[in-house]
Amino acid sequence: MSEDVAIVGAGLHPFGRHEGVSGLDMAAVAARAALADASLRWEDVQFAAGGSDAAGNADTSVSVLGLTGIPFINVRNGCATGGSALTTAHAMILAGEADVALVVGFDKHPPGAFNPLPEDWGIGSWYGETGLMLTTQFFAMKIQRYMELYGISRETLAKVASKAFTNGSRNEDAWRRRPLSVDEVLGAQMVNDPLTQYMFCSPGEGAAALVLARGSRAREIATDPVYLRSVAFRTRKFGSFEVFSPSIPVEDGVPPTTEAARAAFEEAGVGPEDIQVAQLQDTESGAEVMHLAETGLCEHGEQEELIAAGVTEIDGRLPVNTDGGCLANGEPIGASGLRQVVEVVRQLRGRAGERQVPGEPRVGFTHVYGAPGVSACTVLAR
Amino acid sequence: MSAPELSGREAIAPGLFTETADGPRLIGSRCRGCGVVTFPRQKSCAQCTSTDVEEHLLARRGALWSWTVQRFRPKTPPYAGPAGDGFEPYGVGYVELPGECRVEAILTEADPERLQIGMPMELTLLPAPNASGDEAVTFGFRPLAEEER
Repeated sequence: MSEDVAIVGAGLHPFGRHEGVSGLDMAAVAARAALADASLRWEDVQFAAGGSDAAGNADTSVSVLGLTGIPFINVRNGCATGGSALTTAHAMILAGEADVALVVGFDKHPPGAFNPLPEDWGIGSWYGETGLMLTTQFFAMKIQRYMELYGISRETLAKVASKAFTNGSRNEDAWRRRPLSVDEVLGAQMVNDPLTQYMFCSPGEGAAALVLARGSRAREIATDPVYLRSVAFRTRKFGSFEVFSPSIPVEDGVPPTTEAARAAFEEAGVGPEDIQVAQLQDTESGAEVMHLAETGLCEHGEQEELIAAGVTEIDGRLPVNTDGGCLANGEPIGASGLRQVVEVVRQLRGRAGERQVPGEPRVGFTHVYGAPGVSACTVLAR
Repeated sequence: MSAPELSGREAIAPGLFTETADGPRLIGSRCRGCGVVTFPRQKSCAQCTSTDVEEHLLARRGALWSWTVQRFRPKTPPYAGPAGDGFEPYGVGYVELPGECRVEAILTEADPERLQIGMPMELTLLPAPNASGDEAVTFGFRPLAEEER
């Protein structure tokens, strides 16, 4: 393993709806919270990277944080925005360009499903005009097929959502804080069969930030640094089933999630069996089910049994989405990937309050996935 | 089965499908190097990166690979379908054309009780408004009745 990079500060702006607060304002709040957590000042930061999908250029926040002249790279990489910013900062520290770096992700989306334009994704306008340009359809069709192949029930999808809202109710930074029963989730309005309203996350608002430090300096800065053992970012290969695909090959390929997770585990020198807390992209509850296996945290088809046994709950063997995930926090695209890292950092430091995973977990994992087939994974350890 | 009432209307986009004596066909491409078939037509191969690709008319029949029902009206833009109460939920699926590719399309069936993975489907043409508000024609798949299989 190359030299260590540690996370010495983590901060959020609460997720949800914040009328009158811009995405950049939220970014500054999260950045200051992360700096305060690390007992550092903005002037101590030597490099920054960050971005949003729809709320502006991250480097504009320097006018709020202070004009210190540091290199600040704007990232706009869909759901992998946070992961890409983290990858960049990690690499810059390893390259010797900085000892202390800040990453920030934020976003602010209007209510309702995302409405990307097909032309921005290399597809003809007909695809959107005829009603095919929806991420919700993709997720519904992916889990529909998966349920048939691996015997996953609708009850399992509802249990995943119910768990998210239970965890969200214990998280003061979450958007949706009312617990929902399995029956309430199953009985909600059908949106895209087999997924009901409460099985989907909603586009929302929020920000997350991290302060990274070269490992040799981490102990001076923080008493309880969390080491970024690896961060791996991958795009799709031929044959994987991805969102916004007018056609896909008849031969199945390996999804970017699997490629990124394998690379993250390999670089970190740990295996999926070592993970004690994980945050997985749960754009909808089926995504959490499928990503559990795609990341290698379980076998395909094993989820039905694992979820019924409570394995992924906070007091289970492999707690997943302990902060309520995208389902309870909403999906501000640029912020979600870093929110996951903030949550694992809090869990590994034993600072997750009412939702703290018992047993003092030492090793955690995060995973984001998004259009048009990108994934970023991290392994974090005390 | 062609849909003569749609003849004469403009296609939702050029180059997506054509009408033949046997009915409509989707226009895809086939890599001369590795044989990969894609839809719509591409200028290069996503598998082997070759630019030596040729036009390839896709099979008309296949099996439903997965499906959902679009129950809420997508936002405009980009959706050009009926507004307000005129919106009707529609089926969406991927149909696997044997040995070619799996094509995403509107389905003529939107009743979840009547959609099943593996069921035989056939290409058809459907009315679809375009962004200018004109009635155009798009492609879709319809379930094949028992006696047609």
